[in-house]
Amino acid sequence: MSPRVREHIEKTGGAVNDTISYAGGLGYLGYDSIRWTLRGLVGRPKLSGESLATQMVRVGVKAVPIIALVHLFIGMILPLEMAPILKQYGMESSIAIVQVKAVFPQLAPIFSAIVLAGFAGAAIAAELGTMVVSEEIAALKTMALDPVRYLVVPRVLACVVMLVCLTIVADLSAWLGGLFVYGSILGNSSMEYYQQSVTALLPRDVISGLIKALVFAVLVGLIACHEGLKVSGGAEGVGRATTRSVVLAIVAIIASNMVLTVVFYYVYQWLDRI
Amino acid sequence: MDEQKEPILELAGVSKRFGDIVVIDDLNLAVMPGETLVIMGSSGCGKSTTLRMMIGDLEPSEGQARMFGVDLAAASDAELNSVRKRFGILFQSGALFNSMTVADNIALPMREHTSLDENVIRIMVKMKLELVGLRDFENLMPSQLSGGMKKRVGLARAVALDPEILFYDEPTAGLDPIATAVTDQLVIDLSKKLGVTSIVVTHDMTSAFRIADRMAMLYRGKLIALGPPDEIRNSDDERVRQFIEGLADGPIPLRQSRTDYAEDLLSGPMESGRA
Repeated sequence: MSPRVREHIEKTGGAVNDTISYAGGLGYLGYDSIRWTLRGLVGRPKLSGESLATQMVRVGVKAVPIIALVHLFIGMILPLEMAPILKQYGMESSIAIVQVKAVFPQLAPIFSAIVLAGFAGAAIAAELGTMVVSEEIAALKTMALDPVRYLVVPRVLACVVMLVCLTIVADLSAWLGGLFVYGSILGNSSMEYYQQSVTALLPRDVISGLIKALVFAVLVGLIACHEGLKVSGGAEGVGRATTRSVVLAIVAIIASNMVLTVVFYYVYQWLDRI
Repeated sequence: MDEQKEPILELAGVSKRFGDIVVIDDLNLAVMPGETLVIMGSSGCGKSTTLRMMIGDLEPSEGQARMFGVDLAAASDAELNSVRKRFGILFQSGALFNSMTVADNIALPMREHTSLDENVIRIMVKMKLELVGLRDFENLMPSQLSGGMKKRVGLARAVALDPEILFYDEPTAGLDPIATAVTDQLVIDLSKKLGVTSIVVTHDMTSAFRIADRMAMLYRGKLIALGPPDEIRNSDDERVRQFIEGLADGPIPLRQSRTDYAEDLLSGPMESGRA
């Protein structure tokens, strides 16, 4: 075998190996977090409500205006893109239907999660990475405090709670953005938009969106914590971890959304049959 | 040293390898309750690795590290945690939690591991800070402290749970001579006042001779000297002499490279040089 071919095979194998071990590390962190969360719920040792609240404010509350703004704009552009083509078929009144079907199960959870990855994920990775570099994590361990219980669990839980709430904010903002454009620029009746969307929107659209938000939040939180905790090599390592946490989180969000959408598709078919 | 006493901390035939590199080679060391042992050696001799194995942060490749009779590598998480509550460690940088005030840093182990009332904890924090001479610094953030003060707060936190063993990782590195003397005095006071066993890793000779009951010197992962300060001071071993006198010339080379210089220069990616 020529050395060049050999080199490529080795590189490919190395990349596959790295990916699997990364997924394994992430999975283990997830398992550990769930274990500590369950133990926290039965109170041995108790889950600290105070640190959870601190993280929720940090992760979510400050992101509310950004999420609202982003989704208001998304909600405004969608009808403008749809209007010309739907008008040709005389279906302009259906804009609201497409709007809610696009926003509630797909756009709102995805974009909210991406904003969360950039907003909170990066901050978490940088924070934990700095703590590794300054020996704070080592200090925690020697104090018999588990970093997963003490640092990861409140952060991941805060991501979950806040992203689900943020997705609701996003849903409403995008819907309002659509309402505004439909009524003003397109010159239609706002009442029609309201009625159309209320009839079209099914509970499953909202619920599937919120379930997705939950999964995305776990991924964003775990990836950020994982990247932060495995930092090595000083300030440069922290920078790398921050970037990687955002990039990986976005890939994970899009990929898991694809999987979840397929799953929901079959679940709905099954539900409709019974 | 009383012969009947059991060692509180023991390294028995401990070796540590990272890949092919042997960092610690068959180390035997027993620490008796109440003594202050200084572990010294030049950078890269395996001091930090030894310390990390002593506290159970690293597993030895061979041999056993035992603290309070517990084999750290074989211990369960719960056992390890109960050992961890019985020792304190002062990290090189202090390793304070930067997001917490000085008081919260010191209170953290007490809040997490005891069911003490918050008022009692507040008083305890004041007492620990008084011990290191930093009372009324409670409400400052670590970023507002100097390097020496951070170390002292770190020390106050290390003694929060009244440990039986205290580890110091380079307690005087980066401190001025006065701060060094103050820190040394603190180490001595703590071992006298609280009766704790102290293990100090350092390359500061002045401070080592000031605080040590016994000294151990590591060289290339091996223990080359062990004994009371006087014995070390009068050692015939040339490597020990060079180290304690701080000479550039001697058996310990400046160069730590493991390969031959000429060979290293001539080998290498000749092929890819063109690409």
